[in-house]
Amino acid sequence: MHPAYSVIFFTTASGAGYGLLTWVAVATLARTAPTDWRFGLISLGLAFLLITGGLLSSTAHLGRPERAWRAMSQWRSSWLSREGVLAIATYVPAGLFGIAWVFFETTSGFISLLALLAALFAIATVYSTGMIYASLPTIKAWHQPWTVPVYIVLALASGGVLYLLIASFFDGANSWPLLLNALVLAAAFAIKRFYWQTLDTDHALPMRYAATGLEHLGRIRQIEPPHTQENFVMREMGYSIARKHAEKLRRLAMALMFAAPALCIVMMMVTGGFATTLLALIATAAMAVGLFTERWLFFAEARHISMVYYGQQAA
Amino acid sequence: MTCLPETTNKKLGLVIDLDICVGCQACATSCKEWNTGGYSAPLSDIDPYGADPHGAWLNRIHGYEVGEGDASRTVHFPRSCLHCETPACVTVCPTGASYKREEDGIVLVNPDTCIGCKLCSWACPYGAREYDSNHGVMKKCTLCVDRIYNEHLEERDRIPACVRACPTGARHYGDLGDPDSDVSKLVAERQGYDLMPELGYKPTNKYLPPRPRRDGTTATNQPAVEQPAPATGTTIENFFAWADKMLST
Repeated sequence: MHPAYSVIFFTTASGAGYGLLTWVAVATLARTAPTDWRFGLISLGLAFLLITGGLLSSTAHLGRPERAWRAMSQWRSSWLSREGVLAIATYVPAGLFGIAWVFFETTSGFISLLALLAALFAIATVYSTGMIYASLPTIKAWHQPWTVPVYIVLALASGGVLYLLIASFFDGANSWPLLLNALVLAAAFAIKRFYWQTLDTDHALPMRYAATGLEHLGRIRQIEPPHTQENFVMREMGYSIARKHAEKLRRLAMALMFAAPALCIVMMMVTGGFATTLLALIATAAMAVGLFTERWLFFAEARHISMVYYGQQAA
Repeated sequence: MTCLPETTNKKLGLVIDLDICVGCQACATSCKEWNTGGYSAPLSDIDPYGADPHGAWLNRIHGYEVGEGDASRTVHFPRSCLHCETPACVTVCPTGASYKREEDGIVLVNPDTCIGCKLCSWACPYGAREYDSNHGVMKKCTLCVDRIYNEHLEERDRIPACVRACPTGARHYGDLGDPDSDVSKLVAERQGYDLMPELGYKPTNKYLPPRPRRDGTTATNQPAVEQPAPATGTTIENFFAWADKMLST
């Protein structure tokens, strides 16, 4: 599948934003987040920035961005529509939570309920994003049980390192946030490994379906393509990356998304002050590049079944 | 509304005979010609006279070689929207621009509300939808909805442009929901089949398989071509060889 940069930026940036929002909300509920209003402003402000930037970027890949509002209407059947509705709905509890914290310096009582709602809506939005891909039987690489967990756990992992970075300015990047972050990274590592394992065992190529119904007559070779130049279907669905390049990029993504941040977190456990911030910054930068690579691969490694009509092999 | 109708009154669709399609592309060009002025108008043509001419077409014809050696055969394979009974291209649409008509089962895109997110093309296993980058919306076969009910046309022209254009009669149009229709009878008689039935999209369009060869002598064995008399050198022989060659061409 063609990796569109606007969609890669959207899923990674908004994912990190929803992850950060979840971390801040949960930390507030657990009464371990820094209570300083400035922490609320910076952390929730960055989450809003990432979420909004991502959502705006996602409209860049539309043919008719000015009609994007119409995408809210079909939540009964469409995961893309559900994602849109949930993304907008998340702004309400998250916005009220932020206003109460920053302007009234209160995060307790009714406000903690808003924090809980914001976290739930954020996770539900990322779940919908994953389901857009996981619900497509035409793309076997995505139509597997690990696609949705990958989206959720990577949102939490990227939001987690951002949380540590901001909290480090308020002496909040210690004890349990570090420990929980390490656990999330380990879970993310395992889940992404499972995703790739499933892909490699039997999801790398589309199923050998009776695409032409001529399969019983023997081997099928395309001798006359329908057109001389690539059409939309070939440009959009025909993009695929060579196996050996993919393996290199997988290792790079794993190192940057998991190994580097995990190492930084272990070092943060024994350092303090400016060193903690610096390590959190390194972890964030590594996570950003790693996540971008992972998301690019998510598209580039996925093969669409319609390409069998153009002579691509099926499994 | 992208939820699917529970049933449709008719199941209008095509039956494509792979036994007699000769791959002439008349259906594809006729489709393009009609639809660039019809419901989906215009269909983009990008760089038409340059090095990379491409654009939106609603019908594509592949040429396949099937089987090995003497048993191999050429099969021309037209591919367009199959107007499925349970099309995921409709249910994934976030705006309601994609829909399946309750009255006749035709799957359409409303070009005024499509946002061009392309998700429907991802959901279609048949590669039948083509995005029109000039207009930022998705294009697809309309089953010539602007012909089949068009009372300004003569009766015989109220069929899809591809069916009207086919010079070999390889394309048939009708109501596949009516077991007594000509197309349904044809499908029953020739064992018409669905493409990728495993995916459960329940295509309306059916394909008729190539007929088996009658026997080994009629289809492939041509009478041996007579070898021209070899030129051996003498003038008279060369003359006869030349005359033989001239007369046999």
